[in-house]
Amino acid sequence: MDPIVIILFLAIVLLTLVITYFAAKRTKSAGDFYTAGGGLTGWQNGLAIAGDYLSAASFLGIAGAIALNGFDGFFYSIGFLIAYLVVLLLVAEPLRNLGKYTLADMINSRFDARKVRGVAALSTITIVLFYMIAQLVGAGALIQLLFDIPYWIAVLIVGVMMTIYVLFGGMIATSWVQITKAVLLMAGMVIISFIVLMKFNFNISAMFTEVKTATSHGADYLNPGIKYDDPLGTISLMLALVLGTAGLPHILMRFFTVKDAKTARSSVITATWTIGIFYILTLFLGFGAAIYVGESEILAANPGGNMAAPLLAEAIGGNILFAFISAVAFATILAVVAGLVLSGASAFAHDIYGQIIKKGNITEKQQVVAARYAALGVSVLSILLSLGAQYLNVAFLVSLAFCIAASANLPVILYTVYWKRFNTSGAIWSVVAGLGSALILVSMSPSVFSPEEGAALFVGNPIFPLDNPALVSVPLGFLGGYLGTVFSKEYDFKRYAEVKVRANTGYRE
Amino acid sequence: MAQPKLAERQRTSKVDYEKVESSPQFKQFMQNKRKFIVPLTIFFLVFYFLLPISTSYGTFLNTPVFGDITWAWVFAVAQFVMTWVICTIYVKKASSFDEEAEAIIQEHIEKGGKA
Repeated sequence: MDPIVIILFLAIVLLTLVITYFAAKRTKSAGDFYTAGGGLTGWQNGLAIAGDYLSAASFLGIAGAIALNGFDGFFYSIGFLIAYLVVLLLVAEPLRNLGKYTLADMINSRFDARKVRGVAALSTITIVLFYMIAQLVGAGALIQLLFDIPYWIAVLIVGVMMTIYVLFGGMIATSWVQITKAVLLMAGMVIISFIVLMKFNFNISAMFTEVKTATSHGADYLNPGIKYDDPLGTISLMLALVLGTAGLPHILMRFFTVKDAKTARSSVITATWTIGIFYILTLFLGFGAAIYVGESEILAANPGGNMAAPLLAEAIGGNILFAFISAVAFATILAVVAGLVLSGASAFAHDIYGQIIKKGNITEKQQVVAARYAALGVSVLSILLSLGAQYLNVAFLVSLAFCIAASANLPVILYTVYWKRFNTSGAIWSVVAGLGSALILVSMSPSVFSPEEGAALFVGNPIFPLDNPALVSVPLGFLGGYLGTVFSKEYDFKRYAEVKVRANTGYRE
Repeated sequence: MAQPKLAERQRTSKVDYEKVESSPQFKQFMQNKRKFIVPLTIFFLVFYFLLPISTSYGTFLNTPVFGDITWAWVFAVAQFVMTWVICTIYVKKASSFDEEAEAIIQEHIEKGGKA
């Protein structure tokens, strides 16, 4: 291993530990632990949102997808970005106005029903676990490649680091690690894109012309349809991306870390600009990798294309840039899994333990202790699961996480804020229908069953044709909520009047 | 005006939310919001899904615009531009919503909304 790589790697670890040390001194209440005391400013939170969002999957995955599949890789960038309009226009402000720490808090501002809180916490925990295993397995494989160490050591390093951040520094540490990483990542992206563009004398059209001959796809590389040739499959994927983001627990949690809806809004704006610029730049990384690294070399390093960005850095900037980008990728992985641990821990400690088991009779100190135990538990569980999942093809877990978020969380959020007649039974059925259909349909899909050995979890013919079942499961989530509501006589217009006034004006008693 | 913090406010001062909700001012506020957010949401969703739909069911976006850059790429980048434009419009509009919301809190909750 190159000494520069090791030095930069250790520098990142040291920097994040210093952040955690200072954050730990400031973490005293449950509010500090879960939401950094609601004390982040708009731009800080915006960068942290961007950090949460720009995971290793975005950074390395999309660069690789564009390098290998051209236009089709860019679909992800677009879906992830437009998702922020759903968040900004429909979700961010009511969520901030109604909730305290978790999604379940927000839904319970209308219902006070333990069953509702229970199912909402269950869907959060399911999403967090699936998403986390996918991230950790990916991270393990990547760090194994970058630093040439065994998989289990790689997973343990990431796992121990994320546990330290969350356990000691809570949301304050997680946010600042996230902000630091977002800045480093953007710097890396800009440097690489600048060098790539410079090689074409800043003539983008020339880059398009060059890339036409760089890959085995020829001129088709620039046209849609290389990877996604099934229309319904493409649309279903795009639906999961655009609606799923607005239901991901670690993204939702970011709206409780600011003091009011106004700041929540301004943080979405910062995030949207940062993420938008980032995704535009993925184009230069992808094309650059296709031209200067080459398809066969990208595939040889990793069949999923995950090494495209670091390899490009090496090809155009030598060892130092390679080391820098690798270190940034490492920081990215750490920050995102820390955010996931925290949102899982809040569902366990705040919703299930604090509100359901203890019925809210719990002191501030007990809350913080419970949250720390839960964080430890979530970390250990996901490390163990990830160690066992090394040889599994875990790609389906990400689509599952997005699909559950879109089908189970989004309908109940929208109904709670916007539908007068909505009731307890509707809330439960909406989550159950969305969660259940997403789980069942993915387990019958081509990402779990493939006739080809090793291409998916099991060998066999898929019963359900779409990799990503959002096209079916999202309507089922909405339908479940609708039927659950109309088949129950219960309604409470008085309570809805309160929710409506508070969600829209930001008034708090 | 700064809002009173949770701890400073006594839970005994119950607000009659139904009265606030049925006030003409609040109804007007909701209508203003709806008139703004619903068309905008429909627009961006249609604009977004038009891209995968038109690339999946047709090849007309594959015609070049400038050199080797095709309409599909222009449409894709237009999605980014649309996102930033909508963000900017929303922020401008939202500050007027904030004023309306503040006026409602003043008028109906702080003064007369308490039962």
